[in-house]
Amino acid sequence: MTLIHSSPAPVPFAPRTARALVQSLAPLGALSGQILLGLSFPLALLALWSLGAARGWVPPQILPAPSVVWQSFLDLCADGSLALHTNASLIRVAEGFALGATVGLVFGAAVGLVPALRAWVWPPVQAATRVNVLAWMPLLTLFLGIDEALKVVVIGWSVSIPVILATARAVGDVPATLRELGAVLNLTRAQRLRLIVLPQALPQIATGLREGLANAWQSLVIVELFASFEGLGYLMTWGRQLFQLDLVLVAMAVIAVLGFSLDLSLRAVERWLQPWQTGAGHGR
Amino acid sequence: MAGDLATPRSRDLRPILSFVFVLILWDLAHRFALVDPRFLPAPLDILTRLISELSAGTILSDLAATLRRNLLGFLIGAAAGVSLGAVLGASRRIGQIVGPTVVAQRQTALFAWVPLLAMWFGGGDSGKIAFIALAAFQPTVINTWRGIALVPEPLRELAASLRFSQGQYLRHVALPAAAPQIFTGLHTALIYAWLATVGSELFMNITPGLGGRLSEGSQMFEMDLLFLAIAIFGAVGLIYNSLAEALEAQLLKGHRP
Repeated sequence: MTLIHSSPAPVPFAPRTARALVQSLAPLGALSGQILLGLSFPLALLALWSLGAARGWVPPQILPAPSVVWQSFLDLCADGSLALHTNASLIRVAEGFALGATVGLVFGAAVGLVPALRAWVWPPVQAATRVNVLAWMPLLTLFLGIDEALKVVVIGWSVSIPVILATARAVGDVPATLRELGAVLNLTRAQRLRLIVLPQALPQIATGLREGLANAWQSLVIVELFASFEGLGYLMTWGRQLFQLDLVLVAMAVIAVLGFSLDLSLRAVERWLQPWQTGAGHGR
Repeated sequence: MAGDLATPRSRDLRPILSFVFVLILWDLAHRFALVDPRFLPAPLDILTRLISELSAGTILSDLAATLRRNLLGFLIGAAAGVSLGAVLGASRRIGQIVGPTVVAQRQTALFAWVPLLAMWFGGGDSGKIAFIALAAFQPTVINTWRGIALVPEPLRELAASLRFSQGQYLRHVALPAAAPQIFTGLHTALIYAWLATVGSELFMNITPGLGGRLSEGSQMFEMDLLFLAIAIFGAVGLIYNSLAEALEAQLLKGHRP
């Protein structure tokens, strides 16, 4: 969030009230003021939306009132269907992520460690991965049908690509000095992998896994829109077919909130890995 | 870093040979009937299909329809993204108020917007173009904002001492200084917009276009058409990427000392 802390720019447009609000909150620290400012815009939109719905500015088929959306959220919670769809989606993401991460780590490590693989197998595979999984989906349907297998493979595919790239890079790019150190110390191959390659590769691999999880969430929506009978993507498709925009909006909100929390938690994990990385890098 | 992975050295012929080997293996598998031709067409079948499609003109008109949507959506989204990004970057206060919403919105899965946009704009051309524009908008607005917000302090001071108006500051100082980052955003936008184009053709109403041919190949079990459409999708993405890279290099050549 370097953006927000960037050097002060002229603020000729600042509304007086907003400035007064920020100044009055100064004891609480600049951060909470910024959070409030950031929240003010979506809250203003929400107010505008409520007002527009109450005054009948837009027909409810185009944009139902916030209260209607909230009510259908409560209904979906009460009859358990939201939990059912969310659960189906989360299981798919977990399975696809497990598949993609495993394939990505194994194949990425192989490509990084074995020059022959990198020269002969990697280029055609890379060409195939350059084409987004979206375009492969109609082909994959013919082999896998439109059931769970398709979903898990599509999600796994999109996860594996950043994991392969990060792993191959991290494992293949051991600095020459460290490699020489391994040679000088007469380490065996297994020791070299464990003591030199792995520690310096882990943070990069973690970043690849985080990108993979972000991809998993994106492709979950793609594959559930493409073909599914349960899940958050299906809930949206269903709402669209019934012309029930409130269902679509609830599903969108759940997808957004879950995706956002996934990303936040993975960032936290990555930060937790960072100090260890610098420690290892300087220590040896 | 990772020179071997990203760009193989030019003298190294192995990557090219590896493609030749894959093609030969693929063809041999067919000749010896090791694969079911219903599932995997021979490489030559795809080429034959390309020639027949080209002579009938069908694939070209499909591609033209797709590219038209793609470019229109990209232009709308990129223009909106650069404009809003410039406003967010130029005024710190507006950036603080609207910015977090823009960032949070980026976290939403892009394709989750498809059903909503299809209901608002219809599943035809306007719905598709709206979705493509949204895909192009997201990376553009964030990169423009970031680029302009991080204009070096001396440049800002210079503009202030020259008593530049907000508009002059943007035009003569901020936009040129932020150009590299704006191009990065536009480059990403180009790739996203292309993905969104084919996605919209798969998920909204079937209209003439590359996505329509993909579904057709899948539903009619015409594997040669399906593989051809995938190859064209990949080729266009590759061309866009190389064009953007070349353009970026060209435009930024005189930029950095």
